[in-house]
Amino acid sequence: MTTSPMTTSKPTVVLVGYGMVGHRFLEALADSGAADRYRVVVLAEEPRHAYDRVALTSYFSGRSADDLLLAEEGFADRHGFEVHLSSPVASIDRDAKTVTTAAGHTVGYDTLVLATGSYPFVPPVDGKDAEGCFVYRTIEDLEAIEAYAATANVGAVVGGGLLGLEAAGALKGLGLETHVVEFAPRLMPVQVDEGGGEALRRTIEEMGVVVHTGVGTKTVVVEDGKARGMTFTDGSELETDLVIFSAGVRPRDQLARDCGLDVGERGGIAVDDFCKTSDENVFAIGECALAVDGRVYGLVAPGYEMAQAVAQQLADEACKPFTGADLSTKLKLLGVDVASFGDAFGTTEGSLDVVYSDSRSGIYKKLVVTADGALLGGILVGDAEAYSSLRPLAGTGNPLPVPAESLVLPAGSGAPVSLGSSALPDDAVVCNCHNVTKGQVRSAVTEHSCTTVPEVKKCTKAGTGCGSCIKLLSTIVTDELEASGVEVDKGLCPCFAHTRAELYEIVRVKRIATHRQLLAEHGRAPEGAEGCEVCKPTVGSIIASLAPELEASGHILDGEQAALQDTNDHFLANLQKNGSYSVVPRIPGGEITPEKLIVIGEVARDFGLYTKITGGQRIDLFGASVDQLPQIWSRLVAAGFESGHAYGKSLRTVKSCVGSTWCRYGVQDSVAMAIHLELRYRGLRSPHKLKSAVSGCARECAEARGKDFGVIATSNGWNLYVGGNGGATPRHADLLAQDLDDEQLIRLIDRFLMFYIRTADRLERTSTWLERIEGGLDHVRDVVVNDSLGICADLEALMANHVADYQDEWAATLADPDRMRRFVSFVNAPGVPDPSIRFTPERDQIKPDLVLLATEEELLAALDPDNALLETR
Amino acid sequence: MTTVATTTRVELLTGRSWTTVCDWERLVPGRGVAVLLPDGTQAAVFRDHADRLYAVANRDPFTGAYVLSRGLVGSTADGRVYVASPLLKQRFDLATGECLDDETVRIPVHTARLGDV
Repeated sequence: MTTSPMTTSKPTVVLVGYGMVGHRFLEALADSGAADRYRVVVLAEEPRHAYDRVALTSYFSGRSADDLLLAEEGFADRHGFEVHLSSPVASIDRDAKTVTTAAGHTVGYDTLVLATGSYPFVPPVDGKDAEGCFVYRTIEDLEAIEAYAATANVGAVVGGGLLGLEAAGALKGLGLETHVVEFAPRLMPVQVDEGGGEALRRTIEEMGVVVHTGVGTKTVVVEDGKARGMTFTDGSELETDLVIFSAGVRPRDQLARDCGLDVGERGGIAVDDFCKTSDENVFAIGECALAVDGRVYGLVAPGYEMAQAVAQQLADEACKPFTGADLSTKLKLLGVDVASFGDAFGTTEGSLDVVYSDSRSGIYKKLVVTADGALLGGILVGDAEAYSSLRPLAGTGNPLPVPAESLVLPAGSGAPVSLGSSALPDDAVVCNCHNVTKGQVRSAVTEHSCTTVPEVKKCTKAGTGCGSCIKLLSTIVTDELEASGVEVDKGLCPCFAHTRAELYEIVRVKRIATHRQLLAEHGRAPEGAEGCEVCKPTVGSIIASLAPELEASGHILDGEQAALQDTNDHFLANLQKNGSYSVVPRIPGGEITPEKLIVIGEVARDFGLYTKITGGQRIDLFGASVDQLPQIWSRLVAAGFESGHAYGKSLRTVKSCVGSTWCRYGVQDSVAMAIHLELRYRGLRSPHKLKSAVSGCARECAEARGKDFGVIATSNGWNLYVGGNGGATPRHADLLAQDLDDEQLIRLIDRFLMFYIRTADRLERTSTWLERIEGGLDHVRDVVVNDSLGICADLEALMANHVADYQDEWAATLADPDRMRRFVSFVNAPGVPDPSIRFTPERDQIKPDLVLLATEEELLAALDPDNALLETR
Repeated sequence: MTTVATTTRVELLTGRSWTTVCDWERLVPGRGVAVLLPDGTQAAVFRDHADRLYAVANRDPFTGAYVLSRGLVGSTADGRVYVASPLLKQRFDLATGECLDDETVRIPVHTARLGDV
């Protein structure tokens, strides 16, 4: 270790403590570009680099110590940070501006940053230091617990807070009879109230953890130096051979105390708004710091804010003062969702509670509201789905747009309630990619006179990243326009004043089989217009859905249809970020023979493709260039594969569990049903993608209720659920009908899908469609079960036509030279591979080489000048 | 921009010479093709429904990927013909190269013509 501060002319920053907050400080310094203006010395107590302490428990579920590391390899070297592990600091000399480690090395500093964190509080009980007593803080603690648990039968955790329950879960996972002892009358006393604690307790006890509340630990009973039991303040005793103390943490401020820095009465290094201590050259951040609001924050997010603030000051950047943090939390403990936000305990004067509690299912929801209905805070246990929509509303002062009780009642009891755009406060972030708030979107409409979603996107950048917020964005824009009295255009796009559902009816009734004709006869664009990237694929999809009725070609690459398809459909593959494509062969129901698996492996190997198992029980092959697609598919088709339509707005997969054939719980053959459904609906073009699943029993291993149409076996047949979704807005599917036999099930799905295709908007999943259409689920049930509109025969006939008309798009494409012409890298140099599609290795596979795409010069420089791609004419 | 009636060949001006792209009939109205130029750069050539010919750079400036030839052709209410990037859907005026969704971005435009065989 260098001992002199004078070896460099740069000012020296010494960071004491290398935990999560310390690491965030280094990252922020590196991101600010100021890292090279300082010599940065990091003195770490632990023998390893910073790791994810929040995820510590995952060490027991298989994550290694290395997996938990926060920094990628070479992080410190790349930024010139001098990291010294196992080097705890013993003293600070503020006059000499030096720190000295326990090993006696001295380092000078210009700026000192203390990020020493906290230590576990161990109550001063007899026997607390016996063998078999542990704390739960570091990887070393966990290693020791794991080793000792191998010889133990019973384990007890002192402390029923967040960390204590995690420790209990870990002991349970290690096979011990597990007890939790909490001094307060309930579990997690800081986050939840009595009702929430009760719901949590019941669920945790059901898992086999014994919970003791309202008792204090008196002693640890010791025999031969080893823990053998515990005695409690109520006189009871417990035999146990392992004890974990998890009764809270205390700031590690001893170093600061010793060198005379101001500390709080109850501990914590006192800092100002800018994390500066009473010495202007010393900062303190994270759990060791006492913030200006008089609190010590034991959460990582406030620690990160402090780290950021100090790094910004060192980089001479404007810095946001740290005056306190929101303590709202949402977490999953032993599989139970727990969230608390805002004024969770109703400490505001005159506050009122709205509570829903269902002890049977371990659900507890409480909202704290003002007398006039504004949300102050809440506690959610067992089902915290509403957290993200409720948290931004708490404390805004606006009355809730719906009765508070409707927000705590479980879904399905009465009309479904979801908060519309008007419920969101102006500072709620709508677009996460570009951090655009609802207020910015609204002002784009009101102040910048944007009247359409594309204009708002251009003005605010919202929706131009991943695009998952576009639905919400358009709702806000529409609401805002309607509020300001502008008549809202419900047309599909600038070319058509009709909605998708209206265009579907026009195409069906007037039997119009081309986009050109539809645009000329029903469009609003000037004569000779091209159409646009919205109406072309939409109309293409409608024509494909109705192809047999229109007597149009059933192949989406025939005639004019070819010109309407988005690039994915146009090349029957999925475009990826570097211009290459991915290929997904259909594996119906997720069932596949070893021979077919080998073929996929061989194809991937021979074409050098990246392979990944998808969520839909199939295999995705990435990195194919346009010209490789037919070669890949010739091999796949020859081996009996067909298109998986991963590229289309159409049926993707029907996932299944193994069902009654193998599973001891299964009551129906879910695999056979899944294969049957997948083969029936494959290739069906729809307003958006369609996903499905079949579960063989009520345990629901296939996750059918997260699908557009999901089937769950009962001892009497099948239950059909519709309108489920995962993704950005998860929604459990609603029960449409129960105890159906095979034939009834298929007839009902036929009707449901065709009714959806007929009436949904462009890119509207079944989940949003079901919530949008008038009458909701009840109306859909009326139409498809009770045939209230008298259209069920039509819907069934449409599906029968689809099934009869199906052909494998890839086999048909390979057989047709005209359709094959598009699969070339360059129209003028079909044999030359596209030089922009290159890959670099990662984890024994490939990934796109994005450096090559950064500028055109990079690509050109990478080409061999002696090997000109083309001769000039 | 050129209007044609007869079957001919599409060419692009590269430096002071013309590079052959393909036969005019090979172009499908409303779609594009990718062209490799002698200097290693790439162009995207399109034909619209009025049989006009356009050529722009194939590189999508928002992602760096060479994919614009695979986008869909559209026209605005005031008649500007554009291609929408197949990746993040930004639109580029095929006549001027201007991005219709972000006026600070512009892609290069090539000179194209129809030559006799």
